[in-house]
Formats: sequence, C-alpha cells, structure tokens
Amino acid sequence: MNSQTEQNVRSSAPAPELRIVPRKHLGRWAAAAAVVLLLVWLAVSFAQAQIDWPTVQEYLSAPALIAGIGLAIVLTVVAMVIGLVLGVVTAVMRLSKNPVVSGVAWMYVWVFRGTPVYLQLLMWFNLALIFPVVGIPGVFQGRMIDMLTPFVAASIGLGLNQGAYTSEVVRSGILSVDEGQAEAAQAIGMTKLQTMRRIILPQAMRVIIPPVGNEVIGMLKTTSLASAIGVTEILAEAQHIYFVNNRIMELLIVCAVWYLGAVSVLSIGQYYLERSFAKGSSAKQLPPTPVQRLKAFFGTNRKAMR
Amino acid sequence: MSNVLVRAENVHKSFGANDVLKGVDLEVAAGEVVCLLGASGSGKSTFLRCINHLETLSQGRIWIGDEVVGYRQDGNNLHELSDKEASRQRRNIGMVFQRFNLFPHMTALENIIEGPVQVKKQKPAEARQLASELLARVGLAGRENAYPRQLSGGQQQRVAIARALAMKPELMLFDEPTSALDPELVGEVLDVMKDLARSGLTMIVVTHEIGFAKEVADRVAFMHNGQIVEIGTPSEVLDNPQHERTAAFLSRVF
Repeated sequence: MNSQTEQNVRSSAPAPELRIVPRKHLGRWAAAAAVVLLLVWLAVSFAQAQIDWPTVQEYLSAPALIAGIGLAIVLTVVAMVIGLVLGVVTAVMRLSKNPVVSGVAWMYVWVFRGTPVYLQLLMWFNLALIFPVVGIPGVFQGRMIDMLTPFVAASIGLGLNQGAYTSEVVRSGILSVDEGQAEAAQAIGMTKLQTMRRIILPQAMRVIIPPVGNEVIGMLKTTSLASAIGVTEILAEAQHIYFVNNRIMELLIVCAVWYLGAVSVLSIGQYYLERSFAKGSSAKQLPPTPVQRLKAFFGTNRKAMR
Repeated sequence: MSNVLVRAENVHKSFGANDVLKGVDLEVAAGEVVCLLGASGSGKSTFLRCINHLETLSQGRIWIGDEVVGYRQDGNNLHELSDKEASRQRRNIGMVFQRFNLFPHMTALENIIEGPVQVKKQKPAEARQLASELLARVGLAGRENAYPRQLSGGQQQRVAIARALAMKPELMLFDEPTSALDPELVGEVLDVMKDLARSGLTMIVVTHEIGFAKEVADRVAFMHNGQIVEIGTPSEVLDNPQHERTAAFLSRVF
C-alpha cells in the first residue's frame, strides 16, 4: 500500500513551477492617498495665509534666536545631568533596606513629582525670601540673590524636578534585571556598590534609555517655562521680537524649526546610545546603522561602476 | 576528620514562619567532593547558599577553615559582617548556579576576568591570559568573544564554571548545575566537573544526577525536611540506603 502511493507520486508528471503572488495592499494605497491630500491642503493653507516667508527665512539665522536655542540646549543638558545623577541616587535609595534612606527618597519623589514644575521654578527663583544668605560658615558666604541667577535657578529647578521622574525610570530599570545577576556578582566577591556599577546598572540601561530619551526631548521643550523667571531662551527671544514687529506666526514657525532640528539631533544620539547598550542582548548581530547601510550601498555601487 | 575545610554546626534558616533548615551539621575535608541529594524543598539549595552567605543564618555557625562565614563572634553574640568583609570571604568560594547567571552584557572572556580584575585587582592582561586557559580547560577555547546569548546552555554553564575558577577558590559550590540544561548537554558539564573533582578541588554539589554522585562523590548526603538524614560513601547511601526517605527518593529517581 505504502510503496504503491510512493510510486504514484513518483510517476506523476513533474509539478509545474508555482509562482508566489504577494498580497495587494489596497488599504496602504488608500491611506497614502488620504495623507497626501491632507498634506496638500495644509501646504496650500499655509501658502495662502498671511505668512511672510522671506521673514521666516530671515529670522532663521537671527543671532538672538540661535543664542536662544543654544541656551535652551545648554539648560537641557545641565538639568538632565542633575536629573540623571539625582535619579540614579534616588532610585538606589528607594530600593535600600534602610527605612530612613528609602523614606527620604520617597518624600523627594512625592514632593517634586507632585507639584507643577512652573511653581517649583518660581519658588527656586524666589528662594532668597527664605534663605537670604547662603554659604558654609567660615569658608564662604554670599547673598542668595547674587548666587541664584535665573539660569542657576532654572537649572536647579528643572534638574530637581527631572530627578524625581528619572528615579522612577531608573528604579524600573534596576528591577528589570534578574536577581541572579546580583547573586552571581556577589559570589565572585563583588561588593554591593561594585555589583550596582558593573553589573546591574549597565543592564538596566537598556530599559532606562528609551524613556530617558523621551524625557530629554520633553526637557528641551520644558525649558521654555524658564522664560517665566527671566531666562531668555528661544521662545522668550521670539516673543521679544514679535512684540515689536508683530510677525507672530513667522517667528513661531522659526522657533518650531529650531526645536524640531534640535530634537532630531537628540534622537540620533539616542539611537546610537541604545545600540551601544544593546551589546549581548540578542544572539544575532545588531542590524547595521543607517550610516553603515549608506556606506555599504555606495560602496557596492562604486565597485559596480568600476 | 583531619584537615576540615567546611564545618556546618546546627544550621537553622527560616523564611518568616517557614523553617527551611532545621539543624544541619556537615563537615567537608579539603579535597573532598560531597553531593547533596534530596527532593525539591528539602533545603539543599538554601544550605548551599548559606555556605557563602548569600543567605543569612537564623541559628548555628558555618566555618571555612578557621573563619566563621558571614559573622564575627564576640562572646555569645554573632555580629553580621559588613558588605565589604562578606565580599572578601566570598572571593575564596566559587559558586555555579542552576541558571548560569552569566553577565549577558559581557563576552565570555569579560565574564571570566570581571572577578580577577575588579575584585582581586589583577592586571587585565594577566587575567585575560588566565581566562583563555580556563576557557580551554572547560573545552571552549576560541570562544572568548562570544556573548552568553550566542552560546548553548551547556556552553554557558561551562563559562560560568570558568568564571568561578578564575578567582582560584578553595571551595566550589554547585547549585543544581545541570538542572536547567537539555538532556544532551548535561554530559559536557558533568565531564568538566569530574575533571575538577579529580584535580583535588573541594566541591559541594547539589544535584539530581545520581550517576554523577556515584562516580565522583567521596560522600553523599541525603537531605529531607531541612536536615541531613543520611550521609556516607556513595555505595552506602545509594546502594544500601538506611533511611526510608532515602530509599523512597532513590526508587523514584532511578
């Protein structure tokens, strides 16, 4: 019986080569058409609106605005560094077995996450009302009002607020690392601090970086709040200008372009940072970066042309 | 017994109301291989983890050489050691885990040199040399740059053994080293362990591999309900069990 069927299969004519026809994605074409229509409508509305495009172009290179976005970026970096350091320290403190330490960390997160950042900025800026004088007795002393310039107040205010949020991100990253990792590190004689620094945090980074990247971008935009305490970042500069020349939409478009540009640069940085912490996370090789892909593409083309 | 390396005396451990260890006594001589057998939940892994102070004790003492593990005795008080002192003690005790616990963000080589370089402050070049030798010893020469995820379970466990050996421990603890492996990969790990046993390393092995215990162990201890109920040479315990629990366990395993 069995051998008979086998023979039948063998004796039948060779099967014709079958062609695989991919599915037609009609939905994609329809969606793309709708999007194109919408974009055309938007473009036409902007073109017909009373926007003086030469003004936009002119102000794109205005030194005051460039200085403004520069200040926003510097403030972002300073506040994020403060936020990250505080975030890591607070996260480790929250996970501590010492109830006082974890309690203090909890309080910090509760206060700084629970009040508007705008309010916190105003409080820092007016801190001189509570502490008129700062200093370490015998070492140095100064008036708070001289020390707490708008930039310093904004850095501290944004940084402390950021630290409260980052600590939760870092904590979730630390908790995502398998407990066996800490045990293995201790078993080879590492102290708790070494374990955290060498084993736990590098693995937690994979979980931490995407949301922190998100927060950096959020911070860049939140720096515009610092204009409330006299930091003349890009949005404040733009307002100063359009109060005089009344080119409101033109200047806001310029700001949007600068913000988008800065965020794009930051996103590229995040991409490479994520890659470097993805080491060993998969059995496969990491996919090539867009730059590597371009190089490979032109590389092969050049060879083909020769 | 002469030349005792590990001595456990009346070791108790409870997690809340759950008494896991109820008075374990054990002496292991230098160079001896002792296998701990027992059903899951009998406390053998917990006891092993007490030996390098990954678990604190509720009562009793464990000595390695003439040092009490994890505690400093002061009259009738046992003060728990600081993190730093406990870490120093663990340097001389290697441990191999059921689930390997290799550091996934480091290559095989980096895993092995981590302890010598970070803890013993050995020179990286020296440590790399030693690591390559150890990889060759566990049959993984040339896999220095592989990440754990690129290795099979058996290969990962052999790297983990090399990582523990890199600290040049006087005692090795194995916590069910083959239980998480596919059956066809168990042999390669056991072969490495047999080789270590023959080299004279003191080993305490929690295992379900009766064949391994029979072949390699100097003594076999059977644990039940938080106590060692039977201990002796493999032929005594495995071929002629005296305790009913041992007999019942062995009849189920074989």
